[in-house]
Amino acid sequence: MAGSDAGLLRFLTCGSVDDGKSTLIGRLLHDTRHVMEDQFRSLETDSRRHGTTGEDVDLALLVDGLEAEREQGITIDVAHRYFATPRRAFIVADTPGHEQYTRNMATGASEADLAIILVDARKGVLTQTRRHATICALLGIRRIVLAVNKIDLMEYDEALFNRITAEFSAFAEKIGLGEVVAIPVSARYGDNVVERSHAMAWYEGPTLLEHLETVDVQSDLATRPFRLSVQWVSRPHADFRGFAGSVATGSIRVGDEIAILPAGRTTHVDRILGPDGELDEAHAGDAVTITLQTETDASRGDLIVHARERPAVADQFAARLVWMTDEPLLPGRGYLMRIGDRWVPASVTALKYRLDVDSQEHLAARGLGLNEIGEVNIAAGAPVAFDSYADNRATGGFILVDRFTNTTAAAGMILHPLRRATNIHHEAPSVEKAARAAAKGQQPTCIWFTGLSGSGKSTIAKALEAKLHASGKHTMMLDGDNLRHGLNRDLGFTDADRVENIRRVGETAKLMTEAGLIVLCSFISPFRAERDMVRAMFPEGEFFEVFVDTPLEDCIKRDPKGLYAKAMRGEIPNFTGISSPYERPEFPDLRLDAVKGPPQDAAETALKLLADAGRLAAASA
Amino acid sequence: MDRILDIPHPLQTNALPARLRRLEADSIAIFREVAAEFRKPVLLYSVGKDSAVLLHLAIKAFRPGRLPFSVLHVDTGWKFREMYEFRDATARRLGLDLIVHVNADGAARGIDPFRSGSALHTQVMKTEGLKQALDMHGFDAAFGGARRDEEKSRAKERVLSFRSAGHGWDPRNQRPELWRLFNTRIRQGESVRAFPLSDWTELDVWDYIRAEDIPVVPLYFAKERPVVRRSGTWIMVDDDRMPFEPGEAPELRKVRFRTLGCWPLSGAVESEAETLDAIITEMRSASTSEREGRLIDSDEAASMEKKKREGYF
Repeated sequence: MAGSDAGLLRFLTCGSVDDGKSTLIGRLLHDTRHVMEDQFRSLETDSRRHGTTGEDVDLALLVDGLEAEREQGITIDVAHRYFATPRRAFIVADTPGHEQYTRNMATGASEADLAIILVDARKGVLTQTRRHATICALLGIRRIVLAVNKIDLMEYDEALFNRITAEFSAFAEKIGLGEVVAIPVSARYGDNVVERSHAMAWYEGPTLLEHLETVDVQSDLATRPFRLSVQWVSRPHADFRGFAGSVATGSIRVGDEIAILPAGRTTHVDRILGPDGELDEAHAGDAVTITLQTETDASRGDLIVHARERPAVADQFAARLVWMTDEPLLPGRGYLMRIGDRWVPASVTALKYRLDVDSQEHLAARGLGLNEIGEVNIAAGAPVAFDSYADNRATGGFILVDRFTNTTAAAGMILHPLRRATNIHHEAPSVEKAARAAAKGQQPTCIWFTGLSGSGKSTIAKALEAKLHASGKHTMMLDGDNLRHGLNRDLGFTDADRVENIRRVGETAKLMTEAGLIVLCSFISPFRAERDMVRAMFPEGEFFEVFVDTPLEDCIKRDPKGLYAKAMRGEIPNFTGISSPYERPEFPDLRLDAVKGPPQDAAETALKLLADAGRLAAASA
Repeated sequence: MDRILDIPHPLQTNALPARLRRLEADSIAIFREVAAEFRKPVLLYSVGKDSAVLLHLAIKAFRPGRLPFSVLHVDTGWKFREMYEFRDATARRLGLDLIVHVNADGAARGIDPFRSGSALHTQVMKTEGLKQALDMHGFDAAFGGARRDEEKSRAKERVLSFRSAGHGWDPRNQRPELWRLFNTRIRQGESVRAFPLSDWTELDVWDYIRAEDIPVVPLYFAKERPVVRRSGTWIMVDDDRMPFEPGEAPELRKVRFRTLGCWPLSGAVESEAETLDAIITEMRSASTSEREGRLIDSDEAASMEKKKREGYF
């Protein structure tokens, strides 16, 4: 029963909803005698309650383990199942067919060697079939089985099978999917799953199980360049400093010259410790601890490689993304990127296109929604070491995480580094920021006013600027009026454009503080993520967020420019407060209740904030 | 410390089959990942065979260093006597920092598996007890020995299973796990359960125990034990708290356990398997799953999922 030495095959089943993925796995488990008596008894009970197969036992209920799944008769999340035959052991990921759970399908695909894509013979190739095939191709699954299921309902029709196979193969070729093996099956009755079908004498190929048992997935991980990501630095005592991690690809021997990236220091391997003791060499898949010949600094997330086979090190690269959360991708917004064992801030600097999964066309896009796929440029907050995903799954894949909700927002696959990053050298200035500030006798500061349209933020900002100017300070005011008409006139009011608008304002304000100015910015800036992105551009203590907290009803009542009236008539799309959200600051440096008093008082409060923070004293350069 | 630093030469150990070596390496990687990414992890030790393997792997993951976390046993007060003896011997042998937690409030209320029923007993003494211990010590990650092949809702589990501030599991909103790039970001009060044995099967566990010569509680081996027939299974009379039915008396039968928990809730099977080899042979021809002996799982439909939502492991 435990087939092991032919190795282990990880595969997933995918395809559109109701194509019979769970039933197929149930059938594989049942016909390879992996359903125990007690499990079969509870399956019989379940079938009477939730079954969709009339009098018969519903094999899908073997894998649909969640209550909601059994009630609705669909698969929501990935289930992993384990079985073995005398020839091989298998780990199966049963993944959902519904479009809304595509991210769960991608999860199952990320570590699979092979994918079974099911098609319902009655329906043929559907959009969701193409979507899953596309994701399999993106995630680098090279072996595909096209299981044409429910063929029993179509009188075991050979011509139909051939038509579906031809249609799918044409699509597979277009998206660069590897070799496709097509098998006509009936998961419900077991034809060509484990047992050969008597009803399809015309089919001469292997049964599904025969194919799974014999398909060659000999991995070439061992022959690729050596990569080990440092997971854990082991320092049990002063004389031992080891770097623990798993060999992702390639192999390493004692004495080999290695480089530690991204820093690039080189040294030689002193010892390799495996789980059971000293080793002379380690190979892909081994969990080891390495010590080095010279005392060399390395920390979690560093990549150890052979000195002569280095990956790219860059802070910008092109990648494909599968978007996985309801909150859409907005170019310019900051995310956290996990690549290898490192976390670095990152943002999408350009969205080149969105992929139409049906036509494979590249469509222009301003953002990516849930389950959409696109190609982007990514800028990381620090240089990282990576390979292209096509060369190495372990060092070419990454995830993006939403900074606020901690949701996994995207799966990313790196295409290639962007050399631009290394070509822009920061010119060392001959006059330092501090010197410019000292010449003006002030401390450069950015005061950021956020609030709804009509909240009074610009009025208060102008009043504050007047007070600062009167006391001899050098100031500059940035608001929609002077930026939207010039620098940002190519931007509209979609979420994506709002993000880019704020990014440019932030960069402009930063340049002005480097010139030594006190900059006042007045922008609705409705999203927390962008306000925090701007804050992060400034040194600690140089940025103040002032929240002009005027209730929406009061803003609507005032409506100085008549905008709310128009928005409520539906004449202005994406109007903050009406048809677009405003995310209140959680921890502003100052909250002003503008309804309570005249703008002069509010400006005085802001001035006091700056004075208390020591920003109004002369520069200390 | 010196004992741990004594690194054996590889020729002295039996080479593991490729499949077990791969499972071992993958589990070690999960231990290192969680230890590095979380503030205060803990290893949940339930004294059974899966826990024995879990602990063995944890020690290997950090060798030659010490285990960088404590070991927690959530005790219900109803474990087999041999389990308590084995637990304490193991803690001494490996020099573990062992924390034992009992839900004192539940014990004071007199919750017990016979009179309170298995569902309430499990809820109060196991689930609530676990939550209390995690909160009391501020653990933000807890290693458990659960395997996906055990049960249908376990099959849906992630390797790192995210839990809300109240320890709830939302099976409909689990984080995608892509490659091995775990999203470990959590907020104050939130936590994860980490399952390094996710991809192991019951047979893998026994094969590994045999290959690595890992000590396990003797209850797994067949021996004549005093038992009574209850709900179609054999319940061992482990101490004098067993309330007998009129006319009921324990009889001696040669039995063993496939899973261990509270003695009144663990069904024994009749068996002749007195050695690891015999256990493995028996298992290869088994026709029922290991959880059949668990009375707590069949309490109600989808009962494991329900318990997990409430914070059970």
